[in-house]
Amino acid sequence: MTDVTASPIAGSSPEDRPMITISHLSKSFGETQVLKDINLTVHKSEVVCLIGPSGSGKSTLLRCLNFLESYEAGEVRMEGRLVGYTEGFPRRKMKNRELRALRREVGMVFQHFNLWPHMTAMENVREALVQVKGLPLEEATAKAEAMLTRVGLADRMHAHPSRLSGGQQQRVAIARVVAMEPHVILFDEPTSALDPELVGEVLQVMKDLAADGMTMVVVTHEMGFAANVADRVAFLDGGHIVEDGPPRQVFHESSEPRVRQFLQTYHERNSF
Amino acid sequence: MDYDLFLRYGPSLLRGFGMTILCWAAGTALGMLIGFLLALARRLPIPGLSWVLRAYIEVVRGTPFLVQLFLLYSGGPFIGIRLDATTAGIVGLGIYGSAYFAEIFRGGFAAVPKGYVEAAESLALPPGAILRRVVVPTMLISILPALVNMMIILTKETVVLSILTVPELMYEAQTMAAETFAAFETIFVMALFYWLLVEVVSRLGRRAERKLTSHLTQKAGAVS
Ligand SMILES: Nc1ncnc2c1ncn2[C@@H]1O[C@H](COP(=O)(O)OP(=O)(O)OP(=O)(O)O)[C@@H](O)[C@H]1O
Ligand SMILES: [Mg+2]
Repeated sequence: MTDVTASPIAGSSPEDRPMITISHLSKSFGETQVLKDINLTVHKSEVVCLIGPSGSGKSTLLRCLNFLESYEAGEVRMEGRLVGYTEGFPRRKMKNRELRALRREVGMVFQHFNLWPHMTAMENVREALVQVKGLPLEEATAKAEAMLTRVGLADRMHAHPSRLSGGQQQRVAIARVVAMEPHVILFDEPTSALDPELVGEVLQVMKDLAADGMTMVVVTHEMGFAANVADRVAFLDGGHIVEDGPPRQVFHESSEPRVRQFLQTYHERNSF
Repeated sequence: MDYDLFLRYGPSLLRGFGMTILCWAAGTALGMLIGFLLALARRLPIPGLSWVLRAYIEVVRGTPFLVQLFLLYSGGPFIGIRLDATTAGIVGLGIYGSAYFAEIFRGGFAAVPKGYVEAAESLALPPGAILRRVVVPTMLISILPALVNMMIILTKETVVLSILTVPELMYEAQTMAAETFAAFETIFVMALFYWLLVEVVSRLGRRAERKLTSHLTQKAGAVS
């Protein structure tokens, strides 16, 4: 008896299995509908950048993916599992325990880092390894130290966040997420709060992750990163995905006036 | 001043002071515990619960401690709660303090940056761990001065327990004053004792504050 014949999904390679499937996703805050019938699929090891004007719903879309934000219509699936709700109708919110099981596979990096201020860099990274993965303290410490070394912070491990630069803090935040070995990492404008000279070090860490095959969804205003690292770029405006394709197509061949308008404004602002 | 008096009444005053400290410490601990649970419960998404708890807080804050204490001690037996004077004093102090502590903790919860909690949630930390490891440590920094302040206020509220004949400092001092007519000496020693307690509490509070905020105020030279 072999595994191959027994496998029900023989023939589909893991590479084309969708990591995230978003279909007909809609979300409102009170009266205002912020996301309107969003459809998007992210495959394993893909890097998808979300761009678009302020208020277009990029953060909200990203936060629906790990259910930091609930949604009322459509669905989000992570590796086939419905996010936030139990299967079936009428749908009900999933139990916290199930949501946590799902979130173990999905990391999130925030614009303002959100490091816990009373813990050192190492303790920040170690915390979830102990509390969630249940690693013994020593093993968790060793792993946290290895992760921080990987993002170039071997010498700053025992500093509290308040003693770190923005770029260093964001690298700690990335290490904190990567240490959990998620299948997907969501980034919400990870470099927007940084001084210009610190942006590069964070983008480099993200490029390394992408090169390692991490699946990433990145909300960003760094068009250079989107153009060079993304496999696909999705442009959001007014809660719609207006354009979705390879960076070349979105940046140079889009016939959508809103995209061209946005890119033109971007170029004007960034040239002097 | 009649120093001889202090020799004669010293032991009973000291015993009273010990009793004051005991009632204060137990009452404060109880008040903090109830207050914390109240603040926590008010955050639960249970319809009406927050309203009921707020009513409790408003009633406790809106009535004099003396009245509450009488209600508990004299009214308690009517509903089957029979407490000796000291226990009633401690429980009363706990209930009285809990309303104020609940408000302090409520403010503390609200002041914890949402992002800290979201980071913890997105890392799949269980709710208990988020509370213990992230929320409480960050909120302690902002509420510690208010907590210490309330603890200090409660040191002085203990004098009210004397009317239940709890043998605390005020009670012993009144006994001494009644027996000796030495009003000034009595008040003088009492003031000294309460001041001492307050001073110790506020010093400990300042030390705790320094410890909690050390990571925010490290001198530039102290790191590398
Ligand atoms: N918690 C909330 N309550 C009410 N409205 C909200 C909330 N969060 C976001 N919104 C609204 O939803 C819309 C989309 O917001 P979102 O933060 O997703 O935009 P964004 O594309 O990330 O913008 P930015 O580039 O400025 O970060 C905005 O109009 C915003 O005002
Ligand atoms: Mg945003």
